[in-house]
Amino acid sequence: MSGSGNGSNPFRERRGNRDRSITKSDEAGGTGFPSEDAGTSRPRSNGAADGDGPFLRARNMTGGYGSVDILQDCTIDADQGQISVIVGPNGAGKSTAMKAIFGMLKLRQGSVTIGGEDITALSPQARVAKGMAFVPQTSNVFPSMSVEENLEMGAFLREDDFRGTMEQVFELFPVLKEKRRQAAGELSGGQRQQVAVGRALMTRPRVLMLDEPTAGVSPIVMDELFDRIIEVARTGITILMVEQNARQALEIADKGYVLVQGANAHTDTGPALLADPEVRRTFLGGQ
Amino acid sequence: MDLLNALVALANYVIVPATAYGAQLALGALGVTLVYGILRFSNFAHGDTMAFGTAVTILVTWLLQSFGIGFGPLPTALLALPFGILATVALVLGIDRGVYRFYRSQRAVPVILVIVSMGVMFIMNGLVRFLIGVQEQNFADGARFVMTAGDFKSMTGLAEGLALRSTQAITVIAAVIVVVALFWFLDRTRTGKSMRAYSDNEDLALLSGINPDRVVVVTWIIAATLATIAGVLYGLDKSFKPFTYFQLLLPIFASAIVGGLGNPLGAIAGGFVIAFSEVTLTYAWKKVLGYALPESLAPDGLMQFISTDYKYAVSFAILVIVLLFKPTGIFKGQSI
Repeated sequence: MSGSGNGSNPFRERRGNRDRSITKSDEAGGTGFPSEDAGTSRPRSNGAADGDGPFLRARNMTGGYGSVDILQDCTIDADQGQISVIVGPNGAGKSTAMKAIFGMLKLRQGSVTIGGEDITALSPQARVAKGMAFVPQTSNVFPSMSVEENLEMGAFLREDDFRGTMEQVFELFPVLKEKRRQAAGELSGGQRQQVAVGRALMTRPRVLMLDEPTAGVSPIVMDELFDRIIEVARTGITILMVEQNARQALEIADKGYVLVQGANAHTDTGPALLADPEVRRTFLGGQ
Repeated sequence: MDLLNALVALANYVIVPATAYGAQLALGALGVTLVYGILRFSNFAHGDTMAFGTAVTILVTWLLQSFGIGFGPLPTALLALPFGILATVALVLGIDRGVYRFYRSQRAVPVILVIVSMGVMFIMNGLVRFLIGVQEQNFADGARFVMTAGDFKSMTGLAEGLALRSTQAITVIAAVIVVVALFWFLDRTRTGKSMRAYSDNEDLALLSGINPDRVVVVTWIIAATLATIAGVLYGLDKSFKPFTYFQLLLPIFASAIVGGLGNPLGAIAGGFVIAFSEVTLTYAWKKVLGYALPESLAPDGLMQFISTDYKYAVSFAILVIVLLFKPTGIFKGQSI
């Protein structure tokens, strides 16, 4: 009956996937929950990444759920203040790669470094304290709390005055200022995404990771959201996102990664990938 | 004049007692709903937590009385209440460390935690009986009435009296203070907000750096405080008996579920719904109807729907109806 993976725990339900998710993170990686002041004391590097090469480096990642490797020697880099986009067909391991970079998936091989610091062994929470912010695809707001409270929770670890950051978020997403007393669960899909991105920005991250930020929003809202993401990148925050809307995402990408079956298939700048006949034929559907 | 007497009789026998009882249930249900919303299981030991807190409070009350310390017209138990709260918080935090924490670290599913809480319930059951015995205890002292039926009659000249016992007044006032303080805490303070965030979306709360251990500790402290206050108020208003407190679990859970589990506002509303249903259905309406109806229609029987012996059946029936037709409760809580 309990043939698979972690079936040895008699207290747990044997249903659903066995993600090493955020709440269930103590499987690998330390239980290391960041102490409350960890967020404020972290050094903020301005300018180029320490050492040479890209700011966020995920190299040769191999791993998956149980014994099957979903990621096969997958490498993703992101430069400071640039937008990197992971695209690929369904089941290519895009979200899995994102989860691996954020520490939600145990890697058999490979390493993840941020600003030259190796964070491969850290739990997701500890990575937040290192300056990574993650916006999950779903359940990415506190539905019963107001927009303002959602943003406040993003700044939970900060002991300094975060009102300035909140003003910046309101400048970026003016609609949130209007609705700041409203419960986040009552907002439209696009507005909820804005709350989610805003919450992540409140941590003053160095890397912002977005898992399909435009899933389920209208094309107009999608363009709007992409514009905002470009603005965020201009402030020096590194952006890494997974996107289904490949064409639009690659248009704004400084760097694009096409994954096929968990491995890097094509890597280039966004426009170059869009112009690549091979990518167009196999992945973007002709034209 | 008759209608006025009917109204006074209704207030005296239904509205005042049900309001006090509702306030007690609401405080109990708030504790249950907080534990459910944040720790994600139904805490069956809550009734016995109330009993433990009340038992300690009674012991301290006796101690104070033996020193000759009183609280003027107010019951001495109110002076002893902080000690009861402290003891209960210590016990509950100890149990969390020794029992629940293990299951949390195992990421046990809620149904296992429910059974674990039943085990804790039986242990606390025994603990309370060791501490104070199984007998009924009356520990209310101080002034008995804010207004007696006789006072009211001579004041208004009506045939019916309206009595307001001091314990009823204290219950309602204390409940209002506690609820206002709780809502202020949850809505305005950083810790309170982090608790709501944790209840809303655990994963995202962890991503925001909210420390789950701290949330759990604060939740237990609040739950134990609410349980002790609810237990002491109930005991002052009626009497303390360990078995009665164990039985209170049903109306308390019914209140929390009717209001919407995990929703504090719902717990309060649910408490009053259950209390008023229980009291109106077990009250003998003969007197009120006798005043309100023309003489020819005056009832011969007691006009009591069910005997007070069956009062728990009321909560149970409401619980079943709500679970069948509106499992999330009046105020959209989580469904179970």
